[in-house]
Amino acid sequence: MPELTMVEALNLALKQEMEKDDRVMVLGEDVGVDGGVFRVTDGLIDAFGKERVMDTPLAEGVIVGASLGMAAYGLRPVCEMQFSGFSYFAMHQVEGHVSRLRWRSQGRYTVPMVIRMPYGAGVHALEHHSESKEIYYAHTPGLKMVIPSSPRNARALLVSAIRDPDPVVFFEPKLIYRAFREEVPEEEETFPLGKSRILREGNDLTLIAYGAMLHRTLEAAARLSEEEGVEAEVIDLVTIHPLDDKLFTESARKTGRIVIVHEAHRSFGPAGEIMARLIEKSFFYLEAPIQRVTGFDVIVPFFAREQDYLPTVPRILAAARQALSA
Amino acid sequence: MPRKEIKLDHSIEHLSILDENGRLDQDLMPDLSKEQLLRFHRGMLLARRFDERLLLLQRQGHIGTFAPVKGQEAAQIGAVANLKAEDWMLPAFREIAAILWRGTLPSALIIFNAGYNEGGKIPQQQRDFPNAVPVASQLPHGVGIAYGIKYRKKQEVVLTFFGDGATSEGDFHEALNFAAVFEVPAVFICQNNHWAISVPREKQTKSKTLAQKALAYGIPGIQVDGNDVLAVYAATQEAVERARSGGGPTLIECVTYRLTMHTTVDDPTKYRQEEEVKIWEKRDPLPRFQKFLQEAGHLSEKDIDDLEKEIKEHLDTEWSEAQQQMEKMGNPLDMFEHVYAQLPPYLQEQKEAFSQFIEAQKEADHA
Repeated sequence: MPELTMVEALNLALKQEMEKDDRVMVLGEDVGVDGGVFRVTDGLIDAFGKERVMDTPLAEGVIVGASLGMAAYGLRPVCEMQFSGFSYFAMHQVEGHVSRLRWRSQGRYTVPMVIRMPYGAGVHALEHHSESKEIYYAHTPGLKMVIPSSPRNARALLVSAIRDPDPVVFFEPKLIYRAFREEVPEEEETFPLGKSRILREGNDLTLIAYGAMLHRTLEAAARLSEEEGVEAEVIDLVTIHPLDDKLFTESARKTGRIVIVHEAHRSFGPAGEIMARLIEKSFFYLEAPIQRVTGFDVIVPFFAREQDYLPTVPRILAAARQALSA
Repeated sequence: MPRKEIKLDHSIEHLSILDENGRLDQDLMPDLSKEQLLRFHRGMLLARRFDERLLLLQRQGHIGTFAPVKGQEAAQIGAVANLKAEDWMLPAFREIAAILWRGTLPSALIIFNAGYNEGGKIPQQQRDFPNAVPVASQLPHGVGIAYGIKYRKKQEVVLTFFGDGATSEGDFHEALNFAAVFEVPAVFICQNNHWAISVPREKQTKSKTLAQKALAYGIPGIQVDGNDVLAVYAATQEAVERARSGGGPTLIECVTYRLTMHTTVDDPTKYRQEEEVKIWEKRDPLPRFQKFLQEAGHLSEKDIDDLEKEIKEHLDTEWSEAQQQMEKMGNPLDMFEHVYAQLPPYLQEQKEAFSQFIEAQKEADHA
């Protein structure tokens, strides 16, 4: 099995799906000749031609809107927003149409499309290049919203997203685009949308994270085990919407202590919804107040301060100790 | 390095075939049979009478807010009459005439306007899109469909309707630009009805015409008398043929007028002069077409009376049909339908909890 970065794994997913299914199209800004600014679509134009790998005019609204038209026509467009911070130009298409066409046409038209976009802080980028606004999409009925955390998982998840009958917003954590390699099998792999996964089993505490912050959370879990003999269960959320609440409410029943980690802003963020479900479904099993380690409710700062904005291993450890001490 | 001029040898063509007195320019008359002409007439008259019926139903409280079509029937029928069944039609929110022409039943539109999503259902074989309420937002969908047609090497065409206000939106520009760059088979029909709610056309844009916006995208643009069904038909026919034969998109500006309100919740007398309306009433597309048909010997007074009677009966039947169907639409749990292909577990839970709540309420009311 080859060892791939997340970028290469995503490229593999696109390439294999395009080979299998001539309905799959790729479109966006610089995705063709340039292969995407992060090279996720590298080489696709050579393999599949400019009719299927479209360098579009610089216009997010029509990239998403035209993808909807293609999807309704029977194609499977995978469009790219170059950065999530520029995707708001297309937000009205996502909210006003992509999420609603199935409902508005009473099932006559469906929108099997994927909107890919790099998101998140930590790579010394410019303003509008570091935000983590998954909640905008998670809050919109009719959409699914997923975030991979590793090359293998990213590839499997993108394949599932392309094949899903409903529109999927696919956030790619650019901090870990090339941070590490992982073995990715050549043969097909999928990962069901709407499911989370347990990456580390434990009985003392449940840590819930996703995307790039998962790796800091795993590091914190390892240190808790080594330094304090505390065995934390670590859940990779994977799908932000719809939430796999069965998995984390069951884990909470086992450990009674919860820490949720994400880089999105805290107020009205994903952790708030996860906490609400934990309280609704596992309240009587909880032994301590639920802790949140998140980005602060400030505009993501320029890169000199971005590491102070992001959850860090010490912040996660502090929250874990808080949960354990109660 | 001098200042120099880049000459653009463009001008905008304006097409008019049938004037407001029903007089015809024989040389420009498109090749249409008597049957086709009478079909146009029926389509326009049906839309006019149905529109009036909807207004009545709205005033009686049977249906909600809607956007009347009165005055724009020629622009819609003239354009959509060029489409084949396999072509695609994307309306904005005032395309009552075009929607009926394409085969949607008046009862479905009544149900839709009475607040039931089921009215928006489009029959499987019909290639229309549902109403798009956000202005200009349907244009990108049209170019995506058109790209799909080109990719699949089909001979289909996409026709999208929008108003003068839509030409100010980003989606209009993005869609025309995209369509032009990829040379997709799309026809953009702008119904310049002179008012975007309360804002007149001259405050919407400094452009002399809306058709000239086509020049910026490098595609053909033409202005037509939008109250002249023959001119709209001829211009659209040219554009549809161009699109179908691989010649790319066209922008057509139909100069027309919204004779009544924007929607049933506004009062046009607040923002526009009655004198202006009177001028446009004289240009009403329906009487001028009837005059032409009568003078050509295609239509008699009796024919019109018979048709009026037939349409009235048809609409009476459709209204009772709509009422009967709506009686079966009382289940609030239907709101959970068609959000996803499969209801996710959390949504299933919400639906079940709401269902149990409804049942408990029923029992409590019964007791």
